[in-house]
Amino acid sequence: MTGTATSVVSARDLGLTFETNDGPVNALTGVNLDVNKGDFVSFIGPSGCGKTTFLRVIADLEKPTSGAITVNGTTPENARKNRSYGYVFQAAALYPWRTIEKNIALPLEIMGYSAADQKARIERTLELVNLTGFGKKFPWQLSGGMQQRASIARALAFDADLLLMDEPFGALDEIVRDHLNEQLLKLWDRTNKTICFVTHSIPEAVYLSTKIVVMSPRPGRVTDIIESTLPRERPLGIRETPEFLAIAHRVREGLRAGHSYDE
Amino acid sequence: MEKPNLFKDSIMPVGVILLAVLIIWYVSAVFLNAPFERDTAARAGTEITFSEILPKTMFQQRPVLPAPHQVIAEIRNTTFLMPVTSKRSLVYHAWITLSATLLGFGIGTVLGILLAVGIVHNRAMDRSLMPWVIASQTIPILAIAPMIIVVLNAVGISGLLPKALISTYLSFFPIVVGMVKGLRAPEQIQLDLMHTYYASPAQTFWKLRWPSSMPYLFASLKVAIAISLVGAIVGELPTGAVSGLGARLLAGSYYGQTVQIWSALFMAAALAATLVIIVGLAHTAVLKRMGMKP
Repeated sequence: MTGTATSVVSARDLGLTFETNDGPVNALTGVNLDVNKGDFVSFIGPSGCGKTTFLRVIADLEKPTSGAITVNGTTPENARKNRSYGYVFQAAALYPWRTIEKNIALPLEIMGYSAADQKARIERTLELVNLTGFGKKFPWQLSGGMQQRASIARALAFDADLLLMDEPFGALDEIVRDHLNEQLLKLWDRTNKTICFVTHSIPEAVYLSTKIVVMSPRPGRVTDIIESTLPRERPLGIRETPEFLAIAHRVREGLRAGHSYDE
Repeated sequence: MEKPNLFKDSIMPVGVILLAVLIIWYVSAVFLNAPFERDTAARAGTEITFSEILPKTMFQQRPVLPAPHQVIAEIRNTTFLMPVTSKRSLVYHAWITLSATLLGFGIGTVLGILLAVGIVHNRAMDRSLMPWVIASQTIPILAIAPMIIVVLNAVGISGLLPKALISTYLSFFPIVVGMVKGLRAPEQIQLDLMHTYYASPAQTFWKLRWPSSMPYLFASLKVAIAISLVGAIVGELPTGAVSGLGARLLAGSYYGQTVQIWSALFMAAALAATLVIIVGLAHTAVLKRMGMKP
Protein backbone atom coordinates (compact mmCIF):
# COMPACT_ATOMS: atom_id res chain seq x y z
CA MET A 1 0.00 0.00 0.00
CA THR A 2 2.98 2.32 0.49
CA GLY A 3 3.65 2.47 -3.25
CA THR A 4 6.20 4.95 -4.46
CA ALA A 5 4.87 8.01 -2.62
CA THR A 6 6.70 9.31 0.45
CA SER A 7 5.24 7.98 3.66
CA VAL A 8 4.44 10.68 6.22
CA VAL A 9 2.82 8.49 8.87
CA SER A 10 3.39 4.78 9.04
CA ALA A 11 1.87 2.60 11.77
CA ARG A 12 2.63 -1.12 12.19
CA ASP A 13 0.53 -3.21 14.55
CA LEU A 14 0.13 -0.19 16.79
CA GLY A 15 -1.59 -0.65 20.15
CA LEU A 16 -2.32 1.59 23.11
CA THR A 17 -3.80 0.45 26.40
CA PHE A 18 -4.83 2.91 29.08
CA GLU A 19 -4.56 1.67 32.64
CA THR A 20 -7.66 2.93 34.42
CA ASN A 21 -9.20 2.24 37.81
CA ASP A 22 -11.71 -0.05 36.10
CA GLY A 23 -8.94 -2.10 34.54
CA PRO A 24 -7.11 -1.73 31.22
CA VAL A 25 -8.88 -0.07 28.28
CA ASN A 26 -7.76 -1.02 24.78
CA ALA A 27 -7.90 2.35 23.02
CA LEU A 28 -6.06 1.03 19.97
CA THR A 29 -5.18 -2.49 18.81
CA GLY A 30 -3.37 -3.73 15.71
CA VAL A 31 -3.50 -0.51 13.71
CA ASN A 32 -1.70 -0.73 10.36
CA LEU A 33 -1.83 2.44 8.32
CA ASP A 34 0.18 4.49 5.86
CA VAL A 35 -0.42 8.15 5.19
CA ASN A 36 1.42 9.44 2.13
CA LYS A 37 2.57 12.93 1.36
CA GLY A 38 -0.28 15.08 0.08
CA ASP A 39 -3.00 12.73 1.35
CA PHE A 40 -6.14 13.97 3.03
CA VAL A 41 -6.97 11.16 5.44
CA SER A 42 -10.15 11.13 7.52
CA PHE A 43 -10.59 8.99 10.60
CA ILE A 44 -14.24 8.20 11.23
CA GLY A 45 -15.97 6.11 13.86
CA PRO A 46 -18.18 6.31 16.93
CA SER A 47 -16.82 7.75 20.16
CA GLY A 48 -14.36 5.47 21.90
CA CYS A 49 -12.99 4.02 18.66
CA GLY A 50 -9.57 5.56 19.23
CA LYS A 51 -9.55 8.01 16.34
CA THR A 52 -8.52 10.95 18.51
CA THR A 53 -6.09 8.72 20.41
CA PHE A 54 -4.41 7.75 17.14
CA LEU A 55 -4.05 11.41 16.19
CA ARG A 56 -2.59 12.15 19.62
CA VAL A 57 -0.10 9.29 19.16
CA ILE A 58 1.06 10.85 15.88
CA ALA A 59 1.42 14.16 17.75
CA ASP A 60 3.38 12.54 20.62
CA LEU A 61 0.65 13.58 23.05
CA GLU A 62 0.15 9.88 23.91
CA LYS A 63 2.73 7.07 23.90
CA PRO A 64 1.78 3.76 22.21
CA THR A 65 2.16 0.65 24.36
CA SER A 66 2.89 -1.77 21.50
CA GLY A 67 3.79 -1.79 17.81
CA ALA A 68 5.69 0.84 15.87
CA ILE A 69 4.92 4.20 14.36
CA THR A 70 7.01 6.64 12.37
CA VAL A 71 6.18 10.25 11.53
CA ASN A 72 8.25 11.79 8.74
CA GLY A 73 10.46 8.72 8.96
CA THR A 74 11.32 9.20 12.61
CA THR A 75 9.70 8.72 16.03
CA PRO A 76 6.69 10.90 16.93
CA GLU A 77 8.82 12.50 19.65
CA ASN A 78 11.54 13.55 17.20
CA ALA A 79 8.89 14.68 14.73
CA ARG A 80 7.40 16.88 17.46
CA LYS A 81 10.80 18.25 18.37
CA ASN A 82 11.39 19.01 14.67
CA ARG A 83 8.08 20.89 14.74
CA SER A 84 6.92 18.87 11.75
CA TYR A 85 3.18 19.08 12.36
CA GLY A 86 0.49 21.61 13.25
CA TYR A 87 -2.33 20.44 15.53
CA VAL A 88 -5.87 21.81 15.45
CA PHE A 89 -7.91 20.87 18.51
CA GLN A 90 -11.64 20.32 18.92
CA ALA A 91 -11.87 23.75 20.55
CA ALA A 92 -10.03 26.72 19.11
CA ALA A 93 -7.89 26.99 22.28
CA LEU A 94 -6.93 30.57 21.45
CA TYR A 95 -5.27 32.40 24.33
CA PRO A 96 -7.89 34.98 25.35
CA TRP A 97 -5.34 37.64 26.33
CA ARG A 98 -3.76 37.62 22.86
CA THR A 99 -5.22 39.24 19.77
CA ILE A 100 -5.80 36.98 16.76
CA GLU A 101 -2.49 37.98 15.18
CA LYS A 102 -0.69 37.51 18.50
CA ASN A 103 -2.26 34.06 18.77
CA ILE A 104 -0.96 33.18 15.32
CA ALA A 105 2.42 34.59 16.36
CA LEU A 106 2.54 32.29 19.42
CA PRO A 107 4.18 29.28 17.70
CA LEU A 108 6.38 31.66 15.69
CA GLU A 109 7.64 33.33 18.90
CA ILE A 110 8.31 29.96 20.48
CA MET A 111 10.14 28.68 17.42
CA GLY A 112 12.21 31.84 17.14
CA TYR A 113 11.07 33.35 13.84
CA SER A 114 12.25 36.93 13.22
CA ALA A 115 9.79 39.78 13.77
CA ALA A 116 9.62 40.61 10.07
CA ASP A 117 9.07 36.95 9.16
CA GLN A 118 6.36 36.68 11.83
CA LYS A 119 4.52 39.66 10.35
CA ALA A 120 4.65 38.26 6.83
CA ARG A 121 3.47 34.83 7.97
CA ILE A 122 0.60 36.27 10.04
CA GLU A 123 -0.61 38.22 7.03
CA ARG A 124 -0.30 35.23 4.72
CA THR A 125 -2.10 32.77 6.99
CA LEU A 126 -4.87 35.25 7.87
CA GLU A 127 -5.47 35.58 4.13
CA LEU A 128 -5.44 31.77 3.73
CA VAL A 129 -8.29 31.35 6.23
CA ASN A 130 -10.17 34.49 5.06
CA LEU A 131 -9.60 36.46 8.25
CA THR A 132 -7.70 39.42 6.76
CA GLY A 133 -8.53 42.53 8.81
CA PHE A 134 -9.38 40.61 11.99
CA GLY A 135 -5.80 40.40 13.28
CA LYS A 136 -6.25 43.10 15.92
CA LYS A 137 -9.43 41.57 17.37
CA PHE A 138 -9.49 39.54 20.55
CA PRO A 139 -10.88 35.98 20.34
CA TRP A 140 -14.11 36.80 22.20
CA GLN A 141 -14.94 39.37 19.54
CA LEU A 142 -15.10 36.63 16.88
CA SER A 143 -17.74 33.96 16.17
CA GLY A 144 -17.02 30.28 16.88
CA GLY A 145 -16.34 29.54 13.21
CA MET A 146 -13.94 32.46 12.92
CA GLN A 147 -12.14 31.38 16.10
CA GLN A 148 -11.65 27.91 14.68
CA ARG A 149 -10.34 29.39 11.43
CA ALA A 150 -7.88 31.47 13.48
CA SER A 151 -6.71 28.30 15.20
CA ILE A 152 -6.16 26.69 11.77
CA ALA A 153 -4.18 29.78 10.74
CA ARG A 154 -2.08 29.32 13.87
CA ALA A 155 -1.33 25.72 12.87
CA LEU A 156 -0.42 26.81 9.32
CA ALA A 157 1.84 29.70 10.35
CA PHE A 158 5.02 27.66 10.73
CA ASP A 159 6.61 25.30 8.24
CA ALA A 160 4.95 22.00 9.02
CA ASP A 161 3.85 19.85 6.10
CA LEU A 162 1.54 17.77 8.23
CA LEU A 163 -1.72 19.11 9.64
CA LEU A 164 -3.46 17.10 12.37
CA MET A 165 -7.09 18.11 12.91
CA ASP A 166 -9.19 16.66 15.73
CA GLU A 167 -12.88 17.25 14.93
CA PRO A 168 -12.12 20.93 14.29
CA PHE A 169 -15.65 21.71 13.11
CA GLY A 170 -17.51 19.40 15.49
CA ALA A 171 -18.94 22.22 17.59
CA LEU A 172 -20.10 24.33 14.65
CA ASP A 173 -23.47 24.39 12.93
CA GLU A 174 -23.95 22.68 9.59
CA ILE A 175 -23.96 25.80 7.41
CA VAL A 176 -20.71 27.12 8.85
CA ARG A 177 -19.31 23.62 8.67
CA ASP A 178 -20.05 23.23 4.94
CA HIS A 179 -18.43 26.56 4.28
CA LEU A 180 -15.31 25.69 6.30
CA ASN A 181 -15.05 22.25 4.64
CA GLU A 182 -15.02 23.94 1.24
CA GLN A 183 -12.38 26.41 2.41
CA LEU A 184 -10.30 23.63 3.94
CA LEU A 185 -10.22 21.73 0.64
CA LYS A 186 -9.09 24.88 -1.20
CA LEU A 187 -6.45 25.44 1.44
CA TRP A 188 -5.24 21.85 1.15
CA ASP A 189 -5.03 22.27 -2.63
CA ARG A 190 -3.07 25.53 -2.36
CA THR A 191 -0.63 24.48 0.35
CA ASN A 192 -0.12 20.84 -0.66
CA LYS A 193 -0.04 19.75 2.99
CA THR A 194 -0.76 16.30 4.29
CA ILE A 195 -3.88 16.35 6.46
CA CYS A 196 -5.10 13.86 9.07
CA PHE A 197 -8.66 14.73 9.99
CA VAL A 198 -10.79 13.19 12.74
CA THR A 199 -14.56 13.42 12.34
CA HIS A 200 -17.77 11.59 13.17
CA SER A 201 -19.66 12.92 10.17
CA ILE A 202 -19.89 10.62 7.15
CA PRO A 203 -20.57 13.38 4.56
CA GLU A 204 -17.68 15.41 5.93
CA ALA A 205 -15.30 12.46 5.73
CA VAL A 206 -16.32 11.53 2.18
CA TYR A 207 -16.35 15.11 0.94
CA LEU A 208 -12.88 15.96 2.23
CA SER A 209 -10.79 12.83 1.99
CA THR A 210 -8.59 11.00 -0.45
CA LYS A 211 -8.52 8.15 2.05
CA ILE A 212 -11.11 7.28 4.70
CA VAL A 213 -10.13 5.19 7.71
CA VAL A 214 -13.19 3.59 9.34
CA MET A 215 -12.68 2.66 12.98
CA SER A 216 -14.73 0.87 15.62
CA PRO A 217 -14.60 0.68 19.41
CA ARG A 218 -14.00 -1.96 22.10
CA PRO A 219 -11.22 -2.53 21.28
CA GLY A 220 -10.36 0.53 19.16
CA ARG A 221 -9.35 -0.77 15.73
CA VAL A 222 -9.37 -0.03 12.01
CA THR A 223 -12.17 -1.92 10.22
CA ASP A 224 -11.88 -0.49 6.70
CA ILE A 225 -9.64 1.78 4.67
CA ILE A 226 -11.37 3.34 1.66
CA GLU A 227 -9.42 5.04 -1.14
CA SER A 228 -11.68 7.76 -2.51
CA THR A 229 -12.30 7.81 -6.25
CA LEU A 230 -13.60 11.38 -6.20
CA PRO A 231 -11.57 13.97 -8.16
CA ARG A 232 -9.37 16.50 -6.31
CA GLU A 233 -11.60 19.33 -7.47
CA ARG A 234 -14.80 19.03 -5.37
CA PRO A 235 -17.64 21.54 -5.55
CA LEU A 236 -20.22 21.20 -2.72
CA GLY A 237 -22.66 19.74 -5.30
CA ILE A 238 -20.52 16.63 -5.62
CA ARG A 239 -22.27 15.34 -2.51
CA GLU A 240 -25.35 14.57 -4.62
CA THR A 241 -23.53 12.41 -7.18
CA PRO A 242 -23.94 8.59 -7.20
CA GLU A 243 -20.18 8.16 -6.80
CA PHE A 244 -20.21 10.17 -3.58
CA LEU A 245 -23.23 8.29 -2.26
CA ALA A 246 -21.57 4.96 -3.07
CA ILE A 247 -18.53 5.85 -0.96
CA ALA A 248 -20.75 7.16 1.82
CA HIS A 249 -22.65 3.87 1.70
CA ARG A 250 -19.45 1.88 2.07
CA VAL A 251 -18.39 4.00 5.04
CA ARG A 252 -21.78 3.47 6.67
CA GLU A 253 -21.54 -0.29 6.09
CA GLY A 254 -18.07 -0.28 7.60
CA LEU A 255 -19.31 1.56 10.66
CA ARG A 256 -22.23 -0.82 11.05
CA ALA A 257 -20.07 -3.93 10.70
CA GLY A 258 -17.75 -2.80 13.45
CA HIS A 259 -20.40 -1.73 15.87
CA SER A 260 -23.51 -3.37 17.17
CA TYR A 261 -26.17 -0.75 17.82
CA ASP A 262 -28.29 -3.26 19.74
CA GLU A 263 -26.04 -3.04 22.80
CA MET B 1 -31.25 48.77 28.94
CA GLU B 2 -31.56 51.25 31.75
CA LYS B 3 -28.95 53.97 31.87
CA PRO B 4 -26.65 53.75 34.87
CA ASN B 5 -27.62 56.36 37.41
CA LEU B 6 -24.90 57.47 39.82
CA PHE B 7 -27.35 58.72 42.44
CA LYS B 8 -29.63 55.70 42.35
CA ASP B 9 -26.93 53.07 41.91
CA SER B 10 -24.26 54.16 44.34
CA ILE B 11 -24.84 57.41 46.25
CA MET B 12 -28.26 56.49 47.59
CA PRO B 13 -27.60 52.94 48.87
CA VAL B 14 -24.25 53.97 50.40
CA GLY B 15 -25.85 57.09 51.89
CA VAL B 16 -28.72 55.14 53.45
CA ILE B 17 -26.33 52.71 55.16
CA LEU B 18 -24.11 55.58 56.32
CA LEU B 19 -27.11 57.36 57.79
CA ALA B 20 -28.24 54.21 59.58
CA VAL B 21 -24.76 53.67 61.03
CA LEU B 22 -24.63 57.30 62.25
CA ILE B 23 -28.02 57.02 63.93
CA ILE B 24 -27.14 53.74 65.66
CA TRP B 25 -23.80 55.25 66.69
CA TYR B 26 -25.31 58.40 68.22
CA VAL B 27 -27.98 56.43 70.09
CA SER B 28 -25.35 53.98 71.38
CA ALA B 29 -23.12 56.87 72.44
CA VAL B 30 -25.92 58.36 74.53
CA PHE B 31 -26.69 55.09 76.32
CA LEU B 32 -23.07 54.03 76.84
CA ASN B 33 -21.92 57.45 78.09
CA ALA B 34 -24.97 58.25 80.25
CA PRO B 35 -23.98 56.09 83.30
CA PHE B 36 -20.82 58.20 83.75
CA GLU B 37 -22.89 61.40 83.91
CA ARG B 38 -25.37 59.81 86.35
CA ASP B 39 -22.51 58.64 88.60
CA THR B 40 -20.92 62.08 88.52
CA ALA B 41 -24.25 63.67 89.46
CA ALA B 42 -24.85 61.08 92.19
CA ARG B 43 -21.41 61.75 93.69
CA ALA B 44 -22.13 65.47 93.66
CA GLY B 45 -25.47 64.68 95.31
CA THR B 46 -27.53 66.35 92.60
CA GLU B 47 -30.41 65.11 90.51
CA ILE B 48 -29.92 65.03 86.74
CA THR B 49 -32.63 64.63 84.11
CA PHE B 50 -32.28 62.82 80.80
CA SER B 51 -32.50 66.08 78.87
CA GLU B 52 -29.54 67.36 80.85
CA ILE B 53 -27.55 64.15 80.31
CA LEU B 54 -28.11 64.06 76.57
CA PRO B 55 -25.88 67.00 75.53
CA LYS B 56 -23.20 66.01 78.05
CA THR B 57 -22.81 62.54 76.49
CA MET B 58 -21.80 64.21 73.25
CA PHE B 59 -18.76 66.05 74.62
CA GLN B 60 -17.08 63.88 77.26
CA GLN B 61 -13.30 63.94 77.62
CA ARG B 62 -13.01 60.14 77.87
CA PRO B 63 -16.28 58.70 76.62
CA VAL B 64 -16.90 54.97 76.52
CA LEU B 65 -18.02 55.51 72.95
CA PRO B 66 -17.08 58.87 71.44
CA ALA B 67 -19.72 60.52 69.28
CA PRO B 68 -18.98 60.67 65.54
CA HIS B 69 -18.42 64.43 65.53
CA GLN B 70 -15.78 64.06 68.27
CA VAL B 71 -13.88 61.53 66.18
CA ILE B 72 -14.19 63.68 63.08
CA ALA B 73 -12.92 66.72 64.97
CA GLU B 74 -9.98 64.71 66.34
CA ILE B 75 -9.09 63.41 62.89
CA ARG B 76 -9.32 66.94 61.50
CA ASN B 77 -7.13 68.31 64.29
CA THR B 78 -4.47 65.66 63.89
CA THR B 79 -4.31 65.66 60.11
CA PHE B 80 -5.10 68.99 58.48
CA LEU B 81 -4.38 71.32 61.37
CA MET B 82 -0.97 69.95 62.25
CA PRO B 83 2.37 69.74 60.37
CA VAL B 84 2.85 66.17 59.16
CA THR B 85 6.28 66.08 60.82
CA SER B 86 4.72 66.49 64.26
CA LYS B 87 4.76 63.42 66.50
CA ARG B 88 1.08 64.07 67.22
CA SER B 89 0.08 64.14 63.56
CA LEU B 90 -2.00 61.18 62.48
CA VAL B 91 -0.57 61.54 58.97
CA TYR B 92 2.93 61.00 60.41
CA HIS B 93 1.82 57.84 62.24
CA ALA B 94 -0.11 56.58 59.23
CA TRP B 95 2.99 57.00 57.07
CA ILE B 96 5.12 54.99 59.52
CA THR B 97 2.59 52.14 59.36
CA LEU B 98 2.09 52.49 55.61
CA SER B 99 5.82 52.20 54.87
CA ALA B 100 6.04 48.94 56.87
CA THR B 101 2.84 47.74 55.16
CA LEU B 102 4.13 48.38 51.65
CA LEU B 103 7.57 46.88 52.31
CA GLY B 104 5.98 43.78 53.90
CA PHE B 105 3.44 43.51 51.09
CA GLY B 106 6.20 43.74 48.48
CA ILE B 107 8.32 41.04 50.13
CA GLY B 108 5.22 38.89 50.76
CA THR B 109 4.11 39.14 47.13
CA VAL B 110 7.53 38.17 45.75
CA LEU B 111 7.91 35.37 48.31
CA GLY B 112 4.37 34.10 47.65
CA ILE B 113 4.86 34.05 43.88
CA LEU B 114 8.24 32.27 44.17
CA LEU B 115 6.77 29.62 46.49
CA ALA B 116 3.80 29.12 44.14
CA VAL B 117 6.11 28.72 41.13
CA GLY B 118 8.10 26.14 43.08
CA ILE B 119 5.00 24.28 44.19
CA VAL B 120 3.55 24.16 40.67
CA HIS B 121 6.79 23.04 38.99
CA ASN B 122 8.28 20.70 41.57
CA ARG B 123 6.48 17.62 42.87
CA ALA B 124 8.58 17.43 46.02
CA MET B 125 7.78 21.05 46.88
CA ASP B 126 4.12 20.45 46.09
CA ARG B 127 4.01 17.57 48.57
CA SER B 128 6.15 19.08 51.31
CA LEU B 129 5.58 22.81 51.32
CA MET B 130 1.83 23.36 51.28
CA PRO B 131 1.13 21.86 54.75
CA TRP B 132 3.79 24.17 56.24
CA VAL B 133 2.35 27.16 54.47
CA ILE B 134 -1.07 26.38 55.95
CA ALA B 135 0.36 25.58 59.39
CA SER B 136 2.12 28.95 59.44
CA GLN B 137 -1.24 30.68 59.39
CA THR B 138 -2.64 28.76 62.34
CA ILE B 139 -0.16 30.39 64.73
CA PRO B 140 -1.71 33.54 66.25
CA ILE B 141 0.12 36.53 64.82
CA LEU B 142 -0.03 38.26 68.21
CA ALA B 143 2.09 35.44 69.65
CA ILE B 144 4.69 35.39 66.93
CA ALA B 145 5.02 39.13 66.38
CA PRO B 146 7.02 39.89 69.57
CA MET B 147 9.23 36.86 68.90
CA ILE B 148 10.12 38.15 65.45
CA ILE B 149 10.90 41.60 66.85
CA VAL B 150 13.01 40.19 69.71
CA VAL B 151 14.93 37.70 67.57
CA LEU B 152 15.67 40.24 64.84
CA ASN B 153 16.65 42.84 67.41
CA ALA B 154 19.14 40.35 68.86
CA VAL B 155 20.85 40.06 65.48
CA GLY B 156 20.91 43.82 65.10
CA ILE B 157 17.88 44.34 62.83
CA SER B 158 15.39 46.85 64.12
CA GLY B 159 13.09 49.60 62.89
CA LEU B 160 11.10 49.15 59.70
CA LEU B 161 12.13 45.65 58.62
CA PRO B 162 10.86 43.58 61.58
CA LYS B 163 7.41 45.16 61.29
CA ALA B 164 7.46 44.62 57.53
CA LEU B 165 8.31 40.96 58.06
CA ILE B 166 5.20 40.52 60.21
CA SER B 167 3.21 41.96 57.29
CA THR B 168 5.03 39.53 55.03
CA TYR B 169 4.17 36.64 57.33
CA LEU B 170 0.47 37.37 56.85
CA SER B 171 0.42 38.53 53.24
CA PHE B 172 2.42 35.77 51.53
CA PHE B 173 -0.29 33.22 52.34
CA PRO B 174 -3.13 34.41 50.08
CA ILE B 175 -0.57 35.00 47.33
CA VAL B 176 0.72 31.41 47.52
CA VAL B 177 -2.77 29.91 47.58
CA GLY B 178 -4.06 32.16 44.77
CA MET B 179 -1.02 31.75 42.55
CA VAL B 180 -0.85 27.97 42.90
CA LYS B 181 -4.43 27.92 41.64
CA GLY B 182 -3.69 30.58 39.00
CA LEU B 183 -0.59 28.90 37.61
CA ARG B 184 -2.60 25.68 37.33
CA ALA B 185 -5.50 27.48 35.66
CA PRO B 186 -4.50 26.77 32.01
CA GLU B 187 -6.71 24.12 30.43
CA GLN B 188 -5.19 20.82 29.29
CA ILE B 189 -5.81 21.77 25.68
CA GLN B 190 -3.77 24.98 26.09
CA LEU B 191 -0.93 23.01 27.67
CA ASP B 192 -1.12 20.36 24.91
CA LEU B 193 -0.76 23.16 22.38
CA MET B 194 2.51 24.24 24.03
CA HIS B 195 3.62 20.59 24.02
CA THR B 196 3.03 20.29 20.26
CA TYR B 197 5.22 23.39 19.73
CA TYR B 198 7.99 21.78 21.78
CA ALA B 199 7.96 24.91 23.98
CA SER B 200 10.49 25.10 26.82
CA PRO B 201 9.19 25.19 30.41
CA ALA B 202 10.18 28.87 30.59
CA GLN B 203 8.18 29.64 27.43
CA THR B 204 5.19 27.73 28.76
CA PHE B 205 5.45 29.70 32.01
CA TRP B 206 5.71 33.19 30.54
CA LYS B 207 3.39 32.73 27.57
CA LEU B 208 0.70 30.61 29.23
CA ARG B 209 0.84 30.05 33.00
CA TRP B 210 1.74 33.61 34.00
CA PRO B 211 -0.94 35.40 31.93
CA SER B 212 -3.51 32.77 32.97
CA SER B 213 -2.81 33.49 36.63
CA MET B 214 -3.40 37.27 36.49
CA PRO B 215 -7.04 37.27 37.71
CA TYR B 216 -6.02 35.00 40.61
CA LEU B 217 -3.00 37.16 41.43
CA PHE B 218 -5.05 40.33 41.74
CA ALA B 219 -7.74 38.66 43.84
CA SER B 220 -4.94 37.54 46.18
CA LEU B 221 -3.27 40.96 46.14
CA LYS B 222 -6.48 42.61 47.37
CA VAL B 223 -6.58 40.32 50.39
CA ALA B 224 -2.82 40.54 50.91
CA ILE B 225 -2.63 44.35 50.97
CA ALA B 226 -5.40 44.59 53.55
CA ILE B 227 -3.85 42.02 55.89
CA SER B 228 -0.41 43.55 55.36
CA LEU B 229 -1.80 46.66 57.05
CA VAL B 230 -3.18 44.53 59.88
CA GLY B 231 0.24 42.89 60.19
CA ALA B 232 2.04 46.23 60.41
CA ILE B 233 -0.38 47.51 63.10
CA VAL B 234 -0.12 44.26 65.07
CA GLY B 235 3.67 44.50 64.76
CA GLU B 236 3.54 47.89 66.49
CA LEU B 237 1.31 46.78 69.36
CA PRO B 238 3.35 44.43 71.57
CA THR B 239 6.74 45.93 70.87
CA GLY B 240 6.63 49.27 72.57
CA ALA B 241 6.73 51.11 69.29
CA VAL B 242 6.44 54.87 69.77
CA SER B 243 5.13 55.71 66.33
CA GLY B 244 2.68 54.23 63.90
CA LEU B 245 -1.06 53.64 64.04
CA GLY B 246 -0.54 50.62 66.31
CA ALA B 247 1.39 52.77 68.77
CA ARG B 248 -1.42 55.35 68.71
CA LEU B 249 -3.97 52.62 69.48
CA LEU B 250 -1.86 51.30 72.33
CA ALA B 251 -1.13 54.73 73.82
CA GLY B 252 -4.80 55.60 73.51
CA SER B 253 -5.84 52.51 75.44
CA TYR B 254 -3.20 53.12 78.16
CA TYR B 255 -4.54 56.59 78.86
CA GLY B 256 -8.21 55.92 78.15
CA GLN B 257 -8.09 58.24 75.13
CA THR B 258 -11.00 56.64 73.33
CA VAL B 259 -11.30 59.50 70.87
CA GLN B 260 -7.67 58.94 69.86
CA ILE B 261 -8.26 55.19 69.48
CA TRP B 262 -11.28 55.70 67.29
CA SER B 263 -9.56 58.24 65.09
CA ALA B 264 -6.60 55.89 64.64
CA LEU B 265 -9.04 53.09 63.76
CA PHE B 266 -10.71 55.26 61.16
CA MET B 267 -7.37 56.25 59.72
CA ALA B 268 -6.42 52.56 59.44
CA ALA B 269 -9.74 51.75 57.77
CA ALA B 270 -9.35 54.63 55.31
CA LEU B 271 -5.80 53.52 54.56
CA ALA B 272 -6.90 49.92 53.95
CA ALA B 273 -9.76 51.05 51.70
CA THR B 274 -7.41 53.27 49.68
CA LEU B 275 -4.86 50.46 49.25
CA VAL B 276 -7.51 47.96 48.16
CA ILE B 277 -8.93 50.50 45.70
CA ILE B 278 -5.45 51.09 44.23
CA VAL B 279 -4.95 47.33 43.75
CA GLY B 280 -8.43 47.16 42.20
CA LEU B 281 -7.56 49.91 39.71
CA ALA B 282 -4.32 48.12 38.80
CA HIS B 283 -6.38 44.93 38.31
CA THR B 284 -8.77 46.68 35.92
CA ALA B 285 -5.90 48.29 34.01
CA VAL B 286 -4.03 44.99 33.59
CA LEU B 287 -7.13 43.06 32.50
CA LYS B 288 -7.96 45.81 30.04
CA ARG B 289 -4.47 45.60 28.54
CA MET B 290 -4.93 41.83 28.30
CA GLY B 291 -8.07 42.40 26.24
CA MET B 292 -10.41 40.67 28.68
CA LYS B 293 -14.08 40.84 27.85
CA PRO B 294 -15.50 43.85 29.71
